[in-house]
Amino acid sequence: MASSPTGEPPRSELTFRFRGAKRTLDTFSPRATLLDWLREEEGAKGTKEGCAEGDCGACTVVLSRWRDGRLTYEPVNSCILLLGQIDGAELLTIEDLAEGEALHPVQQAMVDLHGSQCGFCTPGIVMSLFAHYHGGAAATRASVNEALAGNLCRCTGYRPIVDAALETIDGAPKDRFALAADARAAAIRIMDDGRDLFVGDESAFFAAPASESELAALYAKHPDATLVGGATDVGLWITKRFRDMKKIIWLGRVVGLDAISEKGGSLRLGAGVTLAGATERLARIHPDLGDLMSRFGSMQVRVSGTVGGNIANGSPIGDLPPALIALGARVELRRGEASRELALEDFFLAYGKQDRAPGEYVRALLIPAPGPGQAYRAFKVSKRFDEDISAVMAAFRFDLEGRQIKSARIAYGGMAATPKRAPGAETAIGGASLDDPRTWQGARQALAKDFSPLTDMRASAAYRSEVAANLITRALTEIADADVPTRIGDLRAAE
Amino acid sequence: MPPNRKVEIPVVPLENETAVVHKAHPHDSAGQHVRGGAPYLDDLREPSGTLHLGVGMADKAAGVLRALDLATVRAAPGVVAVLTPSDIPGRNDIAPAFKDEPLFAEKEILFHGQPLFAVVATTREAARRAAVLAKIDIEGARPTITVADALVTGARVLPDYEFGRGDIEASLASAPHRLNGKFQIGGQEHFYLEGQASLAIPGEGREMHLHVSTQDPTEAQHIVARILGVPDAFVTVETRRMGGGFGGKESQACQWAAMAALGARVTGRPCKIRLDRDDDFVMTGKRHDFRADWRVGYDDSGRVKVYDVALNARCGCSVDLSLGVVDRAMFHASNAYWLEDVRILSRRLKTNTVSNTAYRGFGGPQGMIAIERVMDAIARERGIDPLDVRKANFYRHGGNLTPYNQTVEDIETLPAIVAELEASSDYRARRAAAAAFNAKSPILKKGISLTPVMFGISFTLIHLNQAGALVHVYSDGSIHLNHGGTEMGQGLFTKVAQVVAEEFGVPLDFVRITATHTGKVPNASPTAASSGSDINGMAAKIAAGQIRERMVAHAAEVWGLSPDKIELREGRAFGGNDSMSFGELAKKCRENRIQLSSAGYYKTPEISWDRAAVKGRPFFYYAFGACCAEVAIDTLTGEMKVLGADILHDVGSSLNPALDLGQVEGAFVQGMGWVTTEELVFDDQGRLTTHAPATYKIPVASDVPERFRTALHLRPNPTESIYRSKAVGEPPFMHGIAVYCAILDAIHAVKPGGQPILEAPCTPESILNAVRSLG
Repeated sequence: MASSPTGEPPRSELTFRFRGAKRTLDTFSPRATLLDWLREEEGAKGTKEGCAEGDCGACTVVLSRWRDGRLTYEPVNSCILLLGQIDGAELLTIEDLAEGEALHPVQQAMVDLHGSQCGFCTPGIVMSLFAHYHGGAAATRASVNEALAGNLCRCTGYRPIVDAALETIDGAPKDRFALAADARAAAIRIMDDGRDLFVGDESAFFAAPASESELAALYAKHPDATLVGGATDVGLWITKRFRDMKKIIWLGRVVGLDAISEKGGSLRLGAGVTLAGATERLARIHPDLGDLMSRFGSMQVRVSGTVGGNIANGSPIGDLPPALIALGARVELRRGEASRELALEDFFLAYGKQDRAPGEYVRALLIPAPGPGQAYRAFKVSKRFDEDISAVMAAFRFDLEGRQIKSARIAYGGMAATPKRAPGAETAIGGASLDDPRTWQGARQALAKDFSPLTDMRASAAYRSEVAANLITRALTEIADADVPTRIGDLRAAE
Repeated sequence: MPPNRKVEIPVVPLENETAVVHKAHPHDSAGQHVRGGAPYLDDLREPSGTLHLGVGMADKAAGVLRALDLATVRAAPGVVAVLTPSDIPGRNDIAPAFKDEPLFAEKEILFHGQPLFAVVATTREAARRAAVLAKIDIEGARPTITVADALVTGARVLPDYEFGRGDIEASLASAPHRLNGKFQIGGQEHFYLEGQASLAIPGEGREMHLHVSTQDPTEAQHIVARILGVPDAFVTVETRRMGGGFGGKESQACQWAAMAALGARVTGRPCKIRLDRDDDFVMTGKRHDFRADWRVGYDDSGRVKVYDVALNARCGCSVDLSLGVVDRAMFHASNAYWLEDVRILSRRLKTNTVSNTAYRGFGGPQGMIAIERVMDAIARERGIDPLDVRKANFYRHGGNLTPYNQTVEDIETLPAIVAELEASSDYRARRAAAAAFNAKSPILKKGISLTPVMFGISFTLIHLNQAGALVHVYSDGSIHLNHGGTEMGQGLFTKVAQVVAEEFGVPLDFVRITATHTGKVPNASPTAASSGSDINGMAAKIAAGQIRERMVAHAAEVWGLSPDKIELREGRAFGGNDSMSFGELAKKCRENRIQLSSAGYYKTPEISWDRAAVKGRPFFYYAFGACCAEVAIDTLTGEMKVLGADILHDVGSSLNPALDLGQVEGAFVQGMGWVTTEELVFDDQGRLTTHAPATYKIPVASDVPERFRTALHLRPNPTESIYRSKAVGEPPFMHGIAVYCAILDAIHAVKPGGQPILEAPCTPESILNAVRSLG
């Protein structure tokens, strides 16, 4: 491997903090998961495996990192997180929380309020709440629900768990981790050596380049390597599909790849920006984007998964592509020293196939905000509100002139083999009036020509078609008349 | 509810009369749960040399296995052995009773994912990777998948069974009003967070000791012995705790125990199996899905004159527990209602799908939701509030004989609960508010419902209503407690320990709870049918009572008093002006050769059931409750949100109100999941396509309604149960039915008077279809 721009040879051992001390590992399988390492190598059995696919949260552990000038506590699914991804972090597991006999406040509240029954999900729940405890704000019912969206409990019905969180999380953490924050932060920051990481040999390795130039060079040299953003999808290739990935390039240490900036009037999100990290900026573009991001997987998925990963893996059901295609987003790609830019919808060629050459990677997304006279809506429809995959995802940007629609960008997920625009509907909606739902019919009907969706376990083709059309109605109803209730999430029980 | 209001644990009125029972003790393992210190099966330290199993599965749902080429499997890295039917020393049969399901398929393929062989390897990963390498040649046949398919083929796992009374056709013909309909009632995956797991450790000779994550160690023992071809006495099974059971680790745990034991027998080394989540979904049984076909005749006020229902149950590929499950669906097909003329018919359909099994409620929910659907249909047609129709039909004087001929003696408790909940939930005002909202909201609609639950307590297989316990007092006064019940999170161990502590007059921490073990308490019944604390609590009380009597007699002798002057309380013995610690007394007993160990045995009195004659008293008593649910639906997408749930549930004089509250709340949320997001989808090849949490959606925290108010009805059980408490595991599950009925109510708001077809679970697609079915 080439040496890094600093001239130093790459670091050949993983470095992290665990149980209050620095640890290094120079020999491990590139596809080893953090959970297997904890349970099988370290004998730390407190962290549980419930599903091995990042959907139940029983394996939740916390990674403490130094980000944006502060110490963060990120809950992650250790079952699908690659061991190498903990480089530079402090790993905190359920065994770390109590101090001798004294339970952590979150643990004590879980006992006092009867928050555990079978107890199998409990370590993961405690770790998610521990991360929330250190999140910097007092808990609300909504914040706790959000923190727990990735933690399944089959016994309690969650009520006592939520109460335990509300009782303990006041935004002012006072546990021993908070008290030792400065020392811990210093110990974490000192591990950030800015060097490339390369563990293994040319035939099998876990690499984490520190710069884009090194990433470009390494990937050009090993186009058969697997690029990993958060591993929230790649992890399953390992645990469920037994894929023999021998070369892994993790993007989490590439300086600058997680930058958020403005470029030509657009928001530029580096491919390495996590879904959690993108949420606030996207919400500023439109509240629907913020809502969408908060329903994206779970907290564990959002702190790990990246916007680049959500685009690059080309899933027909990824939620971000349709939402951004409707805004006219573009994608930046790089291969070696060459960069190019294309419209996001053109990146998706066919099922599982993207316009990405061997050795080329997604570098950034460029997202223009809706301008004056433009109305934007994005809707996700799934069986379960939180932590579910869309049956249908729809996004709209209408260009309005008074009460008339001049033109539109309409994009759907879940309706075809790729995220896709609806050219027929876009054409048909031109000239329609917000005040006359009959003029929306053409666009609704045109969808039948735009899409031939599939029937699968999430929904039938007929349902998808009907809902796709109805979401045009919902979008235009909202834009036409703000007083008609359309958001079920806003409703409360009658008192 | 203000967001930060802490829910107070209710106080049992009798709590001053007892020292330990009726009190809100935390779960005995809570302190370990929260620190990751409570070991589940896969957390136990493995004996050295432990091997791991992976399972090879059928890739077709039906047909004949022509050839199985395992050469590449055997050659894979780390593989030590491959287990096939020819390795089984005993009988290739894991069925609870009917000899209709093998450990490994030999010829006929019963379902997609059926185990064909198992790999034993040095690591779990090696075993799983090797297991997918077999060359499987199955001559496929057209599979029978759905209820509708099975009604066409006519295949049954057991004969049809019906009971009832009256001339149904004549009664229907003469009824002032008639309705009929049919609807699907979905199944449910248990989704215990800890998947199936077993560890088998070979002993000397042909002995085998197992740790099994099971609700039924005795059944696991029997099946392991059967597979190994050894007497039961050669096999011991131990279970400290499960990470959830819900019925899914009753019969369904045995196969994996047997597989691990077979591996241990063949290799002579300890063998562990822990199923991957996806494999667990595919290979283990679920709640039965049903189609209910119903006809009803009723009068102007909505009182039912005649009810005729066919409960078509998808049992899957074998009987498993379907005899009892579908019988219980029939027992609860009347729920809380007097049905003058009635016919309840059940069909136990055989399909090429995994064999359905026990799941919390054991068929009861499916029978109950059908008649609740019918109550709503009557109310719509009559234009009467559905709650008033329900009330008009409750069991009453002169109308308190169930369709299975048990007389309902307690006809007061349920109406009292419903009246109290109607007031406390503000049902009428909220119904009016929902109507007002709906009048102004063309797209979103609200619905509300208040439904009752009446659930019979006892195993309907009468011989299971027995339990044993083993109690030792050591000479320092510490107490070792063992009984046949298993701990799966419900708090059974805590409740039984409370009973024992109460008996000895000692603090709860004197009692050491120990793992369920077939070598300590034999011939135990499964921990199921909500019976755990009722029967094991009684057995433990009897065991402790016997020791207590001896200890009291000895104290009386020491102090020269009569035994009735001796009191055990607060960890001490008192007599006259003397007292000594419980430990001192225990020490004296040992020194004076007083037996400090006892086995207790209990069998539920007064119950009987003659299935052929439809006679007897299958239920010792009934547990009651009611739930008021409020929902909103989106008529453009079918999306739904549960806005509120108010529950009042009868737990008698609760043994532990904190644990009971947890059971009620948790059961409601699980029942809500059953009728809403939890959809099992089999494709036309019989493959389960929702086999992981990515595709099968159980409720998460945000699905729980913001208004969620649970109260316990705490009157003493009129029947002589343990401390007059009531069983609580299953009954509150059926409060989820209120959510189904509230969704129905919201759909009705789209077109009042219509009769929508609403299939359960009420996914967005199901709700949108129901809206469309209104025309």
